[in-house]
Amino acid sequence: MLGFLKRLWWIIRRPSAYFSLGFLTMGGFVMGIIFWGGFNTALEVTNTEAFCTSCHEMRDNVFEELKPTIHYSNRSGVRASCPDCHVPHQWSNKIARKMQASKEVWGKIFGTINTREKFLEHRLELAQHEWARLEANDSLECRNCHSDESMDITRQSKRAADAHERFLFTGEKTCISCHKGIAHQLPDMAAADGEDHAGLLAPQHGEGLLASTRSYLRLSSD
Amino acid sequence: MKHLRLAILAAPILLAPVFVASSAIAQNQVATLRNTAPLDQEGEATQIPGIVNTDIRQVRNYPDQPPLIPHKTDNYQVDLNSNKCLSCHSRTAVEISQAPMISVTHFMNREGQTLGAVSPRRYFCNQCHVVQTNARPLVENEFVDIDRVIDYVNTQQSGAD
Repeated sequence: MLGFLKRLWWIIRRPSAYFSLGFLTMGGFVMGIIFWGGFNTALEVTNTEAFCTSCHEMRDNVFEELKPTIHYSNRSGVRASCPDCHVPHQWSNKIARKMQASKEVWGKIFGTINTREKFLEHRLELAQHEWARLEANDSLECRNCHSDESMDITRQSKRAADAHERFLFTGEKTCISCHKGIAHQLPDMAAADGEDHAGLLAPQHGEGLLASTRSYLRLSSD
Repeated sequence: MKHLRLAILAAPILLAPVFVASSAIAQNQVATLRNTAPLDQEGEATQIPGIVNTDIRQVRNYPDQPPLIPHKTDNYQVDLNSNKCLSCHSRTAVEISQAPMISVTHFMNREGQTLGAVSPRRYFCNQCHVVQTNARPLVENEFVDIDRVIDYVNTQQSGAD
Protein backbone atom coordinates (compact mmCIF):
# COMPACT_ATOMS: atom_id res chain seq x y z
CA MET A 1 0.00 0.00 0.00
CA LEU A 2 2.74 2.42 0.98
CA GLY A 3 4.69 1.33 -2.09
CA PHE A 4 1.72 2.10 -4.32
CA LEU A 5 1.33 5.57 -2.79
CA LYS A 6 5.04 6.27 -3.25
CA ARG A 7 4.82 5.22 -6.89
CA LEU A 8 1.73 7.42 -7.43
CA TRP A 9 3.47 10.40 -5.85
CA TRP A 10 6.49 9.76 -8.09
CA ILE A 11 4.28 9.74 -11.23
CA ILE A 12 2.54 12.96 -10.17
CA ARG A 13 5.84 14.73 -9.44
CA ARG A 14 7.52 13.60 -12.67
CA PRO A 15 7.59 16.28 -15.40
CA SER A 16 5.44 15.45 -18.40
CA ALA A 17 7.55 13.83 -21.12
CA TYR A 18 4.96 13.65 -23.94
CA PHE A 19 2.35 16.43 -23.50
CA SER A 20 3.06 20.09 -24.19
CA LEU A 21 2.68 22.71 -21.47
CA GLY A 22 -0.06 24.37 -23.56
CA PHE A 23 -2.04 21.12 -23.84
CA LEU A 24 -1.81 20.49 -20.13
CA THR A 25 -2.78 24.05 -19.21
CA MET A 26 -5.66 24.29 -21.70
CA GLY A 27 -6.76 20.72 -21.00
CA GLY A 28 -6.81 21.40 -17.27
CA PHE A 29 -8.78 24.58 -17.89
CA VAL A 30 -11.37 22.93 -20.14
CA MET A 31 -11.75 19.89 -17.92
CA GLY A 32 -12.08 22.24 -14.93
CA ILE A 33 -14.99 24.01 -16.60
CA ILE A 34 -16.65 20.70 -17.51
CA PHE A 35 -16.30 19.14 -14.08
CA TRP A 36 -17.18 22.27 -12.11
CA GLY A 37 -20.10 23.02 -14.42
CA GLY A 38 -21.24 19.43 -14.23
CA PHE A 39 -21.02 19.44 -10.45
CA ASN A 40 -23.00 22.64 -10.16
CA THR A 41 -25.59 21.46 -12.69
CA ALA A 42 -26.06 18.23 -10.74
CA LEU A 43 -26.34 20.29 -7.55
CA GLU A 44 -28.98 22.51 -9.13
CA VAL A 45 -30.95 19.47 -10.29
CA THR A 46 -31.15 18.23 -6.70
CA ASN A 47 -32.42 21.70 -5.76
CA THR A 48 -35.70 21.59 -7.66
CA GLU A 49 -39.27 20.82 -6.67
CA ALA A 50 -39.36 18.10 -9.34
CA PHE A 51 -36.40 16.34 -7.71
CA CYS A 52 -37.88 16.57 -4.20
CA THR A 53 -41.26 15.23 -5.30
CA SER A 54 -39.74 12.42 -7.37
CA CYS A 55 -39.83 10.38 -4.14
CA HIS A 56 -43.27 9.31 -2.93
CA GLU A 57 -42.29 10.15 0.68
CA MET A 58 -42.24 13.83 -0.19
CA ARG A 59 -44.85 13.80 -2.97
CA ASP A 60 -47.62 12.05 -1.02
CA ASN A 61 -47.06 13.67 2.37
CA VAL A 62 -45.47 17.08 2.68
CA PHE A 63 -45.96 18.22 -0.91
CA GLU A 64 -49.69 17.49 -0.79
CA GLU A 65 -49.93 19.57 2.37
CA LEU A 66 -48.05 22.46 0.79
CA LYS A 67 -50.51 22.77 -2.10
CA PRO A 68 -53.41 24.59 -0.39
CA THR A 69 -51.13 26.96 1.52
CA ILE A 70 -50.32 30.57 0.66
CA HIS A 71 -46.75 29.70 -0.31
CA TYR A 72 -47.92 27.48 -3.15
CA SER A 73 -50.97 29.27 -4.50
CA ASN A 74 -51.71 32.95 -3.94
CA ARG A 75 -52.99 36.17 -5.47
CA SER A 76 -49.60 37.44 -6.69
CA GLY A 77 -48.50 34.22 -8.37
CA VAL A 78 -45.16 33.93 -6.61
CA ARG A 79 -44.43 30.41 -5.42
CA ALA A 80 -42.00 29.22 -2.81
CA SER A 81 -41.20 25.59 -3.51
CA CYS A 82 -39.28 23.04 -1.42
CA PRO A 83 -35.65 24.29 -1.79
CA ASP A 84 -36.61 27.94 -1.25
CA CYS A 85 -37.33 27.18 2.41
CA HIS A 86 -35.36 24.01 3.08
CA VAL A 87 -32.00 24.69 1.40
CA PRO A 88 -29.82 27.73 2.17
CA HIS A 89 -29.23 29.95 -0.86
CA GLN A 90 -25.63 30.89 -0.05
CA TRP A 91 -23.16 28.47 -1.65
CA SER A 92 -21.10 27.30 1.34
CA ASN A 93 -24.18 26.87 3.54
CA LYS A 94 -25.90 25.06 0.71
CA ILE A 95 -23.01 22.56 0.43
CA ALA A 96 -23.11 22.05 4.21
CA ARG A 97 -26.85 21.34 4.05
CA LYS A 98 -26.37 19.02 1.08
CA MET A 99 -23.79 17.03 3.04
CA GLN A 100 -26.25 16.71 5.94
CA ALA A 101 -28.85 15.58 3.42
CA SER A 102 -26.79 12.48 2.72
CA LYS A 103 -28.47 11.08 5.82
CA GLU A 104 -31.78 11.55 4.02
CA VAL A 105 -30.43 9.35 1.22
CA TRP A 106 -29.77 6.71 3.91
CA GLY A 107 -33.35 7.11 5.10
CA LYS A 108 -34.63 6.73 1.54
CA ILE A 109 -32.59 3.55 0.91
CA PHE A 110 -33.66 1.89 4.16
CA GLY A 111 -37.27 3.13 3.95
CA THR A 112 -37.38 5.05 7.24
CA ILE A 113 -40.58 6.88 6.23
CA ASN A 114 -41.73 4.84 3.24
CA THR A 115 -45.30 4.42 4.50
CA ARG A 116 -47.80 6.99 5.73
CA GLU A 117 -47.76 5.42 9.21
CA LYS A 118 -43.98 5.57 9.47
CA PHE A 119 -44.03 9.17 8.26
CA LEU A 120 -46.57 10.18 10.90
CA GLU A 121 -44.51 8.40 13.52
CA HIS A 122 -41.42 10.41 12.56
CA ARG A 123 -43.21 13.64 11.80
CA LEU A 124 -42.53 15.30 15.16
CA GLU A 125 -38.81 14.49 15.02
CA LEU A 126 -38.50 15.68 11.42
CA ALA A 127 -40.37 18.90 12.17
CA GLN A 128 -38.23 19.56 15.23
CA HIS A 129 -35.07 19.30 13.12
CA GLU A 130 -36.38 21.98 10.78
CA TRP A 131 -37.58 24.22 13.64
CA ALA A 132 -34.19 23.93 15.33
CA ARG A 133 -32.39 24.75 12.08
CA LEU A 134 -34.55 27.85 11.46
CA GLU A 135 -34.29 28.99 15.09
CA ALA A 136 -30.50 28.69 14.86
CA ASN A 137 -30.14 30.70 11.63
CA ASP A 138 -32.74 33.32 12.65
CA SER A 139 -35.22 32.07 10.02
CA LEU A 140 -32.78 32.83 7.22
CA GLU A 141 -34.83 31.04 4.56
CA CYS A 142 -37.94 33.07 5.50
CA ARG A 143 -35.94 36.27 5.41
CA ASN A 144 -34.59 35.55 1.94
CA CYS A 145 -37.98 36.89 0.82
CA HIS A 146 -39.57 38.52 3.90
CA SER A 147 -37.32 41.20 5.39
CA ASP A 148 -38.04 43.53 8.31
CA GLU A 149 -37.05 46.57 6.24
CA SER A 150 -39.48 45.93 3.42
CA MET A 151 -42.32 44.90 5.72
CA ASP A 152 -44.88 47.72 5.85
CA ILE A 153 -46.93 46.94 8.93
CA THR A 154 -49.49 49.63 8.10
CA ARG A 155 -50.56 47.33 5.26
CA GLN A 156 -51.11 44.46 7.68
CA SER A 157 -54.11 43.77 9.84
CA LYS A 158 -53.88 45.37 13.27
CA ARG A 159 -53.37 42.01 14.92
CA ALA A 160 -50.45 41.07 12.63
CA ALA A 161 -48.91 44.55 12.90
CA ASP A 162 -48.99 44.45 16.71
CA ALA A 163 -47.42 41.01 16.84
CA HIS A 164 -44.64 41.92 14.41
CA GLU A 165 -43.92 45.16 16.22
CA ARG A 166 -43.73 43.48 19.60
CA PHE A 167 -41.83 40.32 18.75
CA LEU A 168 -40.18 40.52 15.33
CA PHE A 169 -38.77 44.06 15.29
CA THR A 170 -37.49 43.77 18.84
CA GLY A 171 -35.73 40.52 17.91
CA GLU A 172 -37.46 38.73 20.77
CA LYS A 173 -38.70 36.02 18.45
CA THR A 174 -37.91 34.86 14.96
CA CYS A 175 -40.33 33.97 12.16
CA ILE A 176 -40.52 30.25 12.94
CA SER A 177 -41.29 30.87 16.63
CA CYS A 178 -44.87 31.80 15.70
CA HIS A 179 -45.28 30.58 12.12
CA LYS A 180 -44.78 26.86 12.63
CA GLY A 181 -47.01 24.85 10.34
CA ILE A 182 -47.20 27.67 7.77
CA ALA A 183 -46.53 25.30 4.86
CA HIS A 184 -47.17 21.81 6.26
CA GLN A 185 -49.46 20.21 8.82
CA LEU A 186 -48.24 20.26 12.39
CA PRO A 187 -47.27 17.12 14.33
CA ASP A 188 -48.71 16.41 17.78
CA MET A 189 -47.94 19.75 19.43
CA ALA A 190 -48.78 18.50 22.91
CA ALA A 191 -45.87 16.06 22.55
CA ALA A 192 -43.69 18.85 21.13
CA ASP A 193 -44.37 21.15 24.11
CA GLY A 194 -44.26 18.39 26.70
CA GLU A 195 -40.66 17.36 26.20
CA ASP A 196 -39.47 18.71 29.55
CA HIS A 197 -41.84 16.33 31.31
CA ALA A 198 -39.08 13.75 31.03
CA GLY A 199 -37.12 15.76 33.60
CA LEU A 200 -39.78 15.30 36.28
CA LEU A 201 -39.21 12.90 39.14
CA ALA A 202 -40.71 9.47 38.66
CA PRO A 203 -42.85 8.14 41.54
CA GLN A 204 -40.82 6.39 44.24
CA HIS A 205 -41.20 2.65 44.58
CA GLY A 206 -44.55 1.77 46.11
CA GLU A 207 -45.76 5.38 45.91
CA GLY A 208 -49.13 6.06 44.31
CA LEU A 209 -49.86 8.80 41.77
CA LEU A 210 -51.64 10.93 44.38
CA ALA A 211 -48.67 10.75 46.77
CA SER A 212 -46.12 11.51 44.02
CA THR A 213 -48.23 14.45 42.81
CA ARG A 214 -48.36 15.79 46.37
CA SER A 215 -44.60 15.54 46.69
CA TYR A 216 -44.21 17.21 43.28
CA LEU A 217 -46.28 20.12 44.60
CA ARG A 218 -44.16 20.05 47.80
CA LEU A 219 -47.20 19.33 49.94
CA SER A 220 -46.93 17.29 53.10
CA SER A 221 -47.94 13.70 52.44
CA ASP A 222 -50.55 13.36 55.19
CA MET B 1 -85.23 34.44 -19.65
CA LYS B 2 -86.28 34.51 -23.29
CA HIS B 3 -87.32 30.89 -23.08
CA LEU B 4 -89.33 31.55 -19.98
CA ARG B 5 -91.20 34.44 -21.65
CA LEU B 6 -91.87 32.32 -24.71
CA ALA B 7 -93.18 29.57 -22.50
CA ILE B 8 -95.46 31.99 -20.68
CA LEU B 9 -96.77 33.37 -23.98
CA ALA B 10 -97.26 29.95 -25.52
CA ALA B 11 -98.71 28.34 -22.43
CA PRO B 12 -102.33 29.59 -22.59
CA ILE B 13 -102.54 28.53 -26.23
CA LEU B 14 -101.07 25.08 -25.65
CA LEU B 15 -101.95 23.96 -22.16
CA ALA B 16 -103.97 25.75 -19.56
CA PRO B 17 -102.71 23.79 -16.50
CA VAL B 18 -99.03 24.47 -17.40
CA PHE B 19 -99.78 28.20 -17.53
CA VAL B 20 -100.96 28.10 -13.95
CA ALA B 21 -97.78 26.30 -12.84
CA SER B 22 -95.28 28.47 -14.76
CA SER B 23 -96.86 31.76 -13.70
CA ALA B 24 -96.70 30.56 -10.14
CA ILE B 25 -92.93 29.98 -10.58
CA ALA B 26 -92.48 33.38 -12.25
CA GLN B 27 -94.16 35.14 -9.35
CA ASN B 28 -92.23 33.24 -6.71
CA GLN B 29 -88.89 35.02 -7.23
CA VAL B 30 -86.81 33.16 -4.67
CA ALA B 31 -83.17 34.16 -4.89
CA THR B 32 -81.25 31.04 -5.79
CA LEU B 33 -77.55 30.49 -6.27
CA ARG B 34 -78.26 29.79 -9.96
CA ASN B 35 -79.57 33.34 -10.49
CA THR B 36 -82.40 32.12 -12.79
CA ALA B 37 -79.94 30.67 -15.29
CA PRO B 38 -81.67 27.95 -17.35
CA LEU B 39 -80.85 24.44 -16.25
CA ASP B 40 -79.18 23.48 -19.53
CA GLN B 41 -76.82 26.48 -19.39
CA GLU B 42 -73.84 27.29 -17.25
CA GLY B 43 -74.73 30.09 -14.88
CA GLU B 44 -72.24 32.85 -14.20
CA ALA B 45 -70.49 32.28 -10.90
CA THR B 46 -70.81 35.04 -8.37
CA GLN B 47 -67.66 36.51 -6.91
CA ILE B 48 -66.37 34.79 -3.79
CA PRO B 49 -67.11 37.22 -0.96
CA GLY B 50 -64.24 38.64 1.07
CA ILE B 51 -63.82 37.69 4.72
CA VAL B 52 -64.16 40.49 7.26
CA ASN B 53 -60.69 40.95 8.77
CA THR B 54 -61.11 44.12 10.84
CA ASP B 55 -60.27 42.65 14.28
CA ILE B 56 -63.22 44.64 15.64
CA ARG B 57 -65.46 42.59 17.89
CA GLN B 58 -69.07 42.33 16.77
CA VAL B 59 -72.24 42.72 18.78
CA ARG B 60 -73.80 39.46 19.93
CA ASN B 61 -77.42 39.22 18.81
CA TYR B 62 -78.36 37.39 21.99
CA PRO B 63 -76.37 36.82 25.18
CA ASP B 64 -75.40 33.21 24.58
CA GLN B 65 -74.50 33.61 20.92
CA PRO B 66 -71.01 32.25 20.22
CA PRO B 67 -68.91 35.37 19.45
CA LEU B 68 -68.14 35.91 15.75
CA ILE B 69 -64.55 35.68 14.55
CA PRO B 70 -63.46 39.15 13.38
CA HIS B 71 -60.44 37.91 11.39
CA LYS B 72 -59.44 35.46 8.65
CA THR B 73 -59.00 31.84 9.60
CA ASP B 74 -57.77 30.48 6.26
CA ASN B 75 -55.83 27.24 6.57
CA TYR B 76 -56.12 27.15 10.36
CA GLN B 77 -55.26 23.64 11.50
CA VAL B 78 -57.68 22.38 14.13
CA ASP B 79 -57.28 18.65 14.62
CA LEU B 80 -55.99 16.01 17.00
CA ASN B 81 -52.42 17.27 16.66
CA SER B 82 -52.82 20.99 17.00
CA ASN B 83 -55.34 23.80 17.43
CA LYS B 84 -54.29 27.03 15.73
CA CYS B 85 -57.04 29.05 17.46
CA LEU B 86 -55.81 28.04 20.90
CA SER B 87 -52.29 29.22 20.07
CA CYS B 88 -53.67 32.73 20.78
CA HIS B 89 -56.95 32.21 22.66
CA SER B 90 -55.92 29.59 25.23
CA ARG B 91 -55.64 30.48 28.91
CA THR B 92 -51.83 30.56 28.85
CA ALA B 93 -51.45 32.29 25.47
CA VAL B 94 -53.52 35.44 26.03
CA GLU B 95 -50.78 37.35 27.83
CA ILE B 96 -48.62 37.18 24.74
CA SER B 97 -51.38 37.44 22.14
CA GLN B 98 -53.70 39.86 24.00
CA ALA B 99 -56.57 37.97 22.38
CA PRO B 100 -59.78 37.23 24.32
CA MET B 101 -59.51 34.00 26.29
CA ILE B 102 -61.97 31.22 25.55
CA SER B 103 -64.69 31.41 28.18
CA VAL B 104 -64.83 29.10 31.17
CA THR B 105 -67.75 27.22 29.60
CA HIS B 106 -65.18 25.66 27.28
CA PHE B 107 -63.61 23.93 30.29
CA MET B 108 -66.90 22.40 31.40
CA ASN B 109 -67.97 18.87 30.70
CA ARG B 110 -71.61 18.18 30.04
CA GLU B 111 -72.34 17.72 33.74
CA GLY B 112 -71.26 21.34 34.19
CA GLN B 113 -68.09 20.43 36.04
CA THR B 114 -65.13 22.67 35.23
CA LEU B 115 -62.06 20.74 34.15
CA GLY B 116 -58.39 21.75 34.15
CA ALA B 117 -58.13 21.92 30.37
CA VAL B 118 -60.40 22.54 27.39
CA SER B 119 -63.19 19.99 27.29
CA PRO B 120 -63.00 17.77 24.19
CA ARG B 121 -66.59 18.66 23.29
CA ARG B 122 -65.57 22.33 23.01
CA TYR B 123 -62.31 21.75 21.12
CA PHE B 124 -63.48 22.29 17.53
CA CYS B 125 -63.87 26.07 17.47
CA ASN B 126 -65.58 26.49 14.11
CA GLN B 127 -68.46 24.23 15.12
CA CYS B 128 -69.87 27.37 16.76
CA HIS B 129 -67.61 30.33 15.92
CA VAL B 130 -67.64 31.59 12.35
CA VAL B 131 -66.08 34.35 10.29
CA GLN B 132 -68.25 36.92 8.51
CA THR B 133 -68.11 37.85 4.85
CA ASN B 134 -69.07 41.03 3.02
CA ALA B 135 -71.61 39.13 0.86
CA ARG B 136 -75.02 40.66 0.28
CA PRO B 137 -77.68 38.54 2.04
CA LEU B 138 -79.83 36.42 -0.27
CA VAL B 139 -82.94 37.23 1.76
CA GLU B 140 -83.69 40.16 3.99
CA ASN B 141 -82.92 39.60 7.65
CA GLU B 142 -85.94 40.25 9.84
CA PHE B 143 -84.24 39.50 13.13
CA VAL B 144 -85.23 41.87 15.94
CA ASP B 145 -82.85 42.46 18.80
CA ILE B 146 -84.15 41.46 22.25
CA ASP B 147 -83.59 45.00 23.58
CA ARG B 148 -86.02 46.34 21.00
CA VAL B 149 -88.53 43.62 21.86
CA ILE B 150 -88.29 44.53 25.57
CA ASP B 151 -88.67 48.23 24.70
CA TYR B 152 -91.74 47.41 22.61
CA VAL B 153 -93.30 45.30 25.37
CA ASN B 154 -92.61 48.03 27.96
CA THR B 155 -94.16 50.78 25.81
CA GLN B 156 -97.21 48.66 25.13
CA GLN B 157 -97.62 47.90 28.83
CA SER B 158 -97.18 51.53 29.92
CA GLY B 159 -99.67 52.56 27.20
CA ALA B 160 -102.18 50.01 28.47
CA ASP B 161 -101.92 51.16 32.08
